[in-house]
Amino acid sequence: MSLGRDAVLVAAKDLRIEARSRVALQQIVPFGTVIVILFAFALDADRDLLRRTAPGLFWTAVLLAALLAVGRSAGVEEANRARDGLRLSGLDGAAVFLGKAGAVAVELVVFEVVLGAAVVIMYGVTVHGILVMVCAALAATVGIAAVGTVYAVLAGGLRARETLVPLLVLPAVTPVMLGATRSFEAALGLSAVDGWAWVQLLAAYAVLAVVAGVIGFGPLLEES
Amino acid sequence: MRRALGGLTLVLLGLTVYLGLVVTPPRPDQGGEAVRLLYVHVPAAWIAYLAFGVTAVASILWLVPRTRRAEWDLLAGASAEVGVVFAGLMLVTGSIWGKPTWGTWWEWDARLTSAAILFFLYLGYLALRRTGATAAERGTRCAVAALVAAADIPIVHFSVSWWQTLHQDATVFNRDLDVKISGSMALALVCGVVAYTLAYAWLVLTRLEVAQLEEGREERALAQAIAERTAAGTVTA
Repeated sequence: MSLGRDAVLVAAKDLRIEARSRVALQQIVPFGTVIVILFAFALDADRDLLRRTAPGLFWTAVLLAALLAVGRSAGVEEANRARDGLRLSGLDGAAVFLGKAGAVAVELVVFEVVLGAAVVIMYGVTVHGILVMVCAALAATVGIAAVGTVYAVLAGGLRARETLVPLLVLPAVTPVMLGATRSFEAALGLSAVDGWAWVQLLAAYAVLAVVAGVIGFGPLLEES
Repeated sequence: MRRALGGLTLVLLGLTVYLGLVVTPPRPDQGGEAVRLLYVHVPAAWIAYLAFGVTAVASILWLVPRTRRAEWDLLAGASAEVGVVFAGLMLVTGSIWGKPTWGTWWEWDARLTSAAILFFLYLGYLALRRTGATAAERGTRCAVAALVAAADIPIVHFSVSWWQTLHQDATVFNRDLDVKISGSMALALVCGVVAYTLAYAWLVLTRLEVAQLEEGREERALAQAIAERTAAGTVTA
């Protein structure tokens, strides 16, 4: 079987689990919306301030949701020793990584669309450069999903996994936070920086993260 | 050997203190007396990067099957532990220096910000090492984590510097960390760097020995238990 088909198989499995358990839809999406409301409380519902800080607040919420998503992605392999099944399935480690990271990325994109709508409605932002925004969001999402998936399997099966993964993932994705926030600021007309330059950084990060996962995931799955 | 290294380290650290506090002059243009922090700050920064470099190399040596030995995993951990301590020291001394020089404890300077992220990256690595897994379970996970962290350092540094250059707001204070060095100051600095490097070597060697003792203790306890059971079995038979 080819790498691509194996990856799609794993991604479809994870997405099917999410679709049936409805955790992503019924818990992670409302969680994001609550964060949007909480930020308004924290910043005292000052529309102008909320509009200016919207990109940063949006990506902070996405990172928090991503931690939950990669935690669940690793969690489904731990329940009922599913990880052993995955190891015995004969699928290539790289394909498993691409599939799992792909599924997390799809979930995050859905989350971002809902969260984006909430931010537009509640913070009153207006979008100027939709293309920059979409490209930045896609590149950032791939980067976050790839790094998160690597760290989640790295901490898989260890005690204190839930608290360990945020400490490992958050410092590692700081370049994504910087790039995504800056390019969103450009897309919303909040700053004069060139959004595309940051999109390039996000794309480079995403490529590096995916390559690291493709190389490192196989040995990690075997040994952990 | 290690004792001689420790002794030499103490002598050189003492000499650094003397040169830094007594011989070198204060610099009114660089925070006055606070400039003396330089003799601690610069060596600490050097050791942090050296230590994380050693961790990365030891992790690669562990991952390559031909060179895999338990010692590389332990060395990676020992070096990262010492590195985090010195990275913390670098952040604290930098912050104390920044207060009189910049007027704030913290400035979103590119170097300062990326050093802080580096500190947290390796704090996460150390947390991963301490999750109670056995040595065999731990080795590969930690080695991969160390390499991901090492690969992340240049990207973090690049993105943060870029953020700062695009974000040039009017600043009343001097962002420049570089201090012009001359004469006794250079001597104190070199002495500090040598002393800290020796201190690093001593700390890592000592930590490595403690780690090996920790690993050995469990095996010896198991071997002893088996021996006792066998002996008990022989008596009854």
